[in-house]
Formats: sequence, C-alpha cells, structure tokens
Amino acid sequence: MKHRISALFLGTALALAAGSAVAQDKTVKIGVLTDNSGLYSDLGGAGSTVAAQMAVEDSGLAAKGWKIDIVSADHQNKPDIGTTVARQWIDVDKVDIFVDVLNSGVALAVNNLVKEKNAIMINTGAATSDLTNTQCSPNTIHWVYDTYMLANSTGQALVKAGGDTWYFLTADYAFGHALERDTSAVVVKSGGKVIGTVRHPLNSSDFSSFLLQAQASKAKIIGMANAGGDTTNTIKQAAEFGIVSGGQKLAGLLLFINDVHSLGLKVAQGLNFTETFYWDLNDGTRAFSKRFSERMKNKAMPSMVQAGVYSGLIHYFKTIDAMGGNPHDGVKVVAKMKETPTDDPLFGKGTIRPDGRKLHPAYLFEVKKPSESKGPWDYYKLIGTTPGEQAFRPLSESACPLVKK
Amino acid sequence: MQALYAQLLVGLINGSFYALLSLGLAVIFGMLNIINFAHGALYMMGAFCAYFLLHLTGIGYWWALIIAPIVVGIFGMILERTMLQWLAGLDHLYGLLLTFGIALIVQGVFQNYFGSSGLPYAIPDYPEVGGFRGLQGGMNLGFMFLPIYRGWVVVFSLVVCLATWFLIEKTRLGANLRAATENPTLVRAFGINVPRMITLTYGLGVGLAALAGVLSAPINQVRPLMGADLIIVVFAVVVIGGMGSIMGSIITGFALGVIEGLTKYFYPEASNTVVFVLMVLVLLLKPTGLTGRAA
Repeated sequence: MKHRISALFLGTALALAAGSAVAQDKTVKIGVLTDNSGLYSDLGGAGSTVAAQMAVEDSGLAAKGWKIDIVSADHQNKPDIGTTVARQWIDVDKVDIFVDVLNSGVALAVNNLVKEKNAIMINTGAATSDLTNTQCSPNTIHWVYDTYMLANSTGQALVKAGGDTWYFLTADYAFGHALERDTSAVVVKSGGKVIGTVRHPLNSSDFSSFLLQAQASKAKIIGMANAGGDTTNTIKQAAEFGIVSGGQKLAGLLLFINDVHSLGLKVAQGLNFTETFYWDLNDGTRAFSKRFSERMKNKAMPSMVQAGVYSGLIHYFKTIDAMGGNPHDGVKVVAKMKETPTDDPLFGKGTIRPDGRKLHPAYLFEVKKPSESKGPWDYYKLIGTTPGEQAFRPLSESACPLVKK
Repeated sequence: MQALYAQLLVGLINGSFYALLSLGLAVIFGMLNIINFAHGALYMMGAFCAYFLLHLTGIGYWWALIIAPIVVGIFGMILERTMLQWLAGLDHLYGLLLTFGIALIVQGVFQNYFGSSGLPYAIPDYPEVGGFRGLQGGMNLGFMFLPIYRGWVVVFSLVVCLATWFLIEKTRLGANLRAATENPTLVRAFGINVPRMITLTYGLGVGLAALAGVLSAPINQVRPLMGADLIIVVFAVVVIGGMGSIMGSIITGFALGVIEGLTKYFYPEASNTVVFVLMVLVLLLKPTGLTGRAA
C-alpha cells in the first residue's frame, strides 16, 4: 500500500516536472513610448497605440494562448523622461518590447538602456541613422526610415534637378544635426554645395528671422532639417515671405502626411519629399488605413510612423509564435527576426539587415495641387521609387560593430 | 547690414504679439491682482475661434477680429464670475494656480479633439485694393521682403495698445477702475458697481489675448499648444516691464521682440533663452522691473 502511494506521488511529481518543462511562457508586454502631448503627437502618439492594438488583434495570437498587454507613455520629447519611463517599464512592469520611440534624442538614450537590459526596440519614429550605424545594437531594429535614406532620396533628386546650392534650417538637437550631416554629404557627393546653416531651438513658433537669413544666402534650395510643427510653420512662413515665388525651393527633408493635412494643399502644393508609406499606395495599405482612421478620433490616416508600429509588431508576433514562447531574451528574438524575411500589407516584402536596418522601398512624393486632389487625405503624387537595397546606407559604408567586414 | 535692418523689423513684428499679450496680462494684474496663467490658452482660443468662424460659418478674418475677442471675452467673464472672484483678497499664488489649471484643461481638451499639428488659416485675400488682394503678398523694401500682413500686424497692434493705454490712464472710466482697485469700499460708496467693473476688466484683458490669437492665426498654424509656447516669454516681458505697468509692458514687449530678433541673427541657438537671461539681469538690478513702482 505504502509503495503504491509513493509511486503515485512520484508519478505525479514527474508528470508535473515534465509538464512545466514543456509549457512555454506565452506572455508579452509591449510599451508604446511616444510623444503624447507635444509637437510630434500627431505622427505617433495615440495613433501608435491604436496601430499596436490592431497588430495584436490581427496577429491571432490570443487564440493560440498568448497573453499580450500594451502600455503607453509620454516621453515629452525629453531623453531623461524617456529613459526613466523605460527603466521603470523594464524593471518593474516587465515590458519586453518598445515601439515607436520617436524623437532621435530619446531614441538614442533608450537604445542604450534596451541593450543593457536585453529588451527589444522596434524603432519606427526616430530619424537618426546612428541607430543602425555607430550606435547599432543587437536589440534594436530601425523600421521605417532614417536620415541617411531621406537625404539620399530627396537630396539626390533635388541636386539632379538643378538645386546645387543649399542652405539648411536645422532643428538644434540630435535629429536635426544627423539629417543636416547626412544631407550635406549627399549634396556634396552629387556635385552641389552647402552655403550655410542656421540652427533653431526645437519647437520654435517664429521662423521669419531664420527664413530671412536663408533668403539672403541666395541658395537655390532651403533644406528644412526639422520636423512636425517646426516644419509646418517654416513652410507656412516661407510662403508669406515670398521665398518660393522668389525662385528659391523648399526641400522638406522629413514631412509626414499629418503635416501636409494641417498645412492644407494651398500652402503645401509642389513640395517634394520622401516617405516609405502612404495610405493610398495599394489595396493593402488602403484597407489598413481605412480601418485605422475609423478608430481615430479625428479620422486621421496613419503616418508612416504609426504604420511602422503595426508592421513591426506583426513581424515580431510571427517570430515569437514560430519560437513557440519564452520571448524574454531580446537578443535571441531580434536575431530570429533578422533571419526571417518580412512581409506585410503595408510595407510589402522586405528584410532586416545584421545592423538592424529594415529594408523596404522609399517613395519620392510630390504634394498635389488643390485641383488635383479628389478629397480629404488625397495628397500625394508618386514620382519615384527607390528599392530598399539602394535607399538605405550600404553595409559597406556602415560603422556598425555588428557588421562583419 | 541690410540683413540687420530686416531682423530689426521682424523683431518689431514679433514684439507686437508680446506687447498685445503682455498688455492684457498687465491690465488683469494691475486691476484684479491676478497672475493670469490662462492667458496663453485664451490666446489660443482666439485663434481657434477665428478658424471656426471661417470654416463652420464662412465668416472671414475681418469680422473675426471683432467677434473672436467678444466670444472669448465672454468666456473669460464667465470664468471670472464662477471661479476667480472667490479669490479676491487672497494671495497671488491661488489665482496663479487656478488659472494655470484652467489653461491645462483648456489646452488638453483642444489637443484631444484637434491633435497637435494644427489647422490651416489663410491670410485674408479680400478686399481687393489697388492690385493687392486683401493682406496677401508683400513689398520689396530693398533690404527685405515685407509681407503686407506682417506690416499690418505691427500697425494694428500699436493702435490697439495705445487705445488701451488711453482708456485706462486718460478716461473717466479708467480713473474709476483704478480707484476701484485702490479702494473698492470707497468707490462703491459713490454708487459704482465694483464687481461688474472687475468682471468687465477681466473680459477686456482676455479679449486682448484673443485678438492677438486672431492676428497670429494666419502666420502660425492654429495649434492647441500655441499659447503654452508663448506664455512663459510673455510673463518674462511683464516681469521685466514691471508687473501691472501698462506702458511698461507695451514698450518692453516691442523691445524684447527686437532683442530676440537680433539674437536669432547673431546666435540663433540662444534665441529661446535670451529673454530669460534679460529677466534675471533686470530682477537683479531692479527687482520691481523697468517701470514698476515699489509695492
């Protein structure tokens, strides 16, 4: 009798042990770290959280027993606040993966922390190309766009079209500096010349002084190495000071659909710039964007940052599903994501390089005239496509330590 | 040298916004003793009001210059009646905290509904006079291209500032008002309704903020945070000019616009901080501000 009972206990214990070895941890926590209240909040902000929720729903992982939570926080465009939130999220709330993280200053700071703590960052919002160059990390994937690509695409196209002298209006922080540096390099390489630069504080409302300096320089192109509200105010005030009618051309190095929407076509028409996502590209992008805008309070179409949050998470979910569970080792998951080719309706087929750069085509757009637009959010004309391999910085030029030479 | 003249003129243009806003603040502080932190939010409401008038009802810029200050002014008077009047006689700090809270709520609501990138508002293109369409286009002054709209802003705000100063310092109504703030009990004995005067004064200050908002709508994007970005600078202007001094805030407003414009020319990176450096210097040398009298 005694033997039988102990055998029973032993059997149960063994079964339990075997069970726990097989059962996988299928919990994931996603942190949407973004600007929820400042000048970039329309590009990311609440829309990024909506995109993340849609990715969770579309992944179908809940039906497979996964438990996925989303948290969101406002970094207020301040690197110190960003890292404090990120540290709290990783240490206390057990967040596995960061998405969005727009603002280059915040992104570079969080990048270091994510690496130190072996979490994951799919950066869809920051522009600085340093994230996959000198600051590259085995825990970070840079998803949507970067300053090198913007410079390469828009800069080259404009120099080729005869804009060989440039004056830069640069936002005075990590992002502006990176965009100005990368664009200057492209301009000089394509045979152009940079005659001057003025650096303005982030979130300025009046650009007239800076525009007057740009006007006095007589440069053919005024390159706007800024973003969000800074860019829209620059464009609006440039029109007022007769800059474009005076023969100089404005180059929006980083412009989002929300900026064009808020400017109105009357002011924005004719601007050239580069994006990697536009809602009206194909059936896939249209279907997603329609669902997205229905969930947004102001019925806005997704920006490329928000589309990137969806696309990046869909790829992440596919990867952890294939791994079967235990998604908490950042380096391991990212390595697996790099091995797997990407494919989603928003950015099409693509790959992730060893330096963490996601590759997909870059599109050169021109803003339509008011007469060409058929309705709200019908803003862009596609004028050129660069394949992913040519759009981004080639690995041969990369200073990323993860790239074997 | 030409560029320098251009910067001086641009500085004067920005200065007119500082002057209009700090004037409203000075009126409210001088008469009500309230440090009105909601001023930036009310300025923003003025701009939004112009936007709504144009896009919902088709009422253009010229009418908006009159209607928006009245609408926002009435909103201000409701605020004064329902909340601020209970703070009369209390420490400044209470008024400051209350109005700061109001500003945060108003900005939060607008941001929730309209996002952060802002809404378009065009420079008026009517009436057509002598080849010019409304206030669009510009003139080549030789040393710079002056948008007509900017020139209009300077002239218009100068007129409004001087009219306000005249109203308060030189008319019987202004004299009553100043007397009411000095000694409300005595003035009430003369049969003057002091609480109503206070409410109207707050409405006037708020109306000035809304007017500045309408003026700024065609230049800046109509954004929920447009006032939040500006209010701290305007407070610095008021402190430098001397709290409550009407002429002080007008002159300092224009002067600081010019100084900021010059900084943008010589060392643009410091253009956001130069006003505060000046504020520190002035407070060190003359704690009551340039034209303020010792309390």
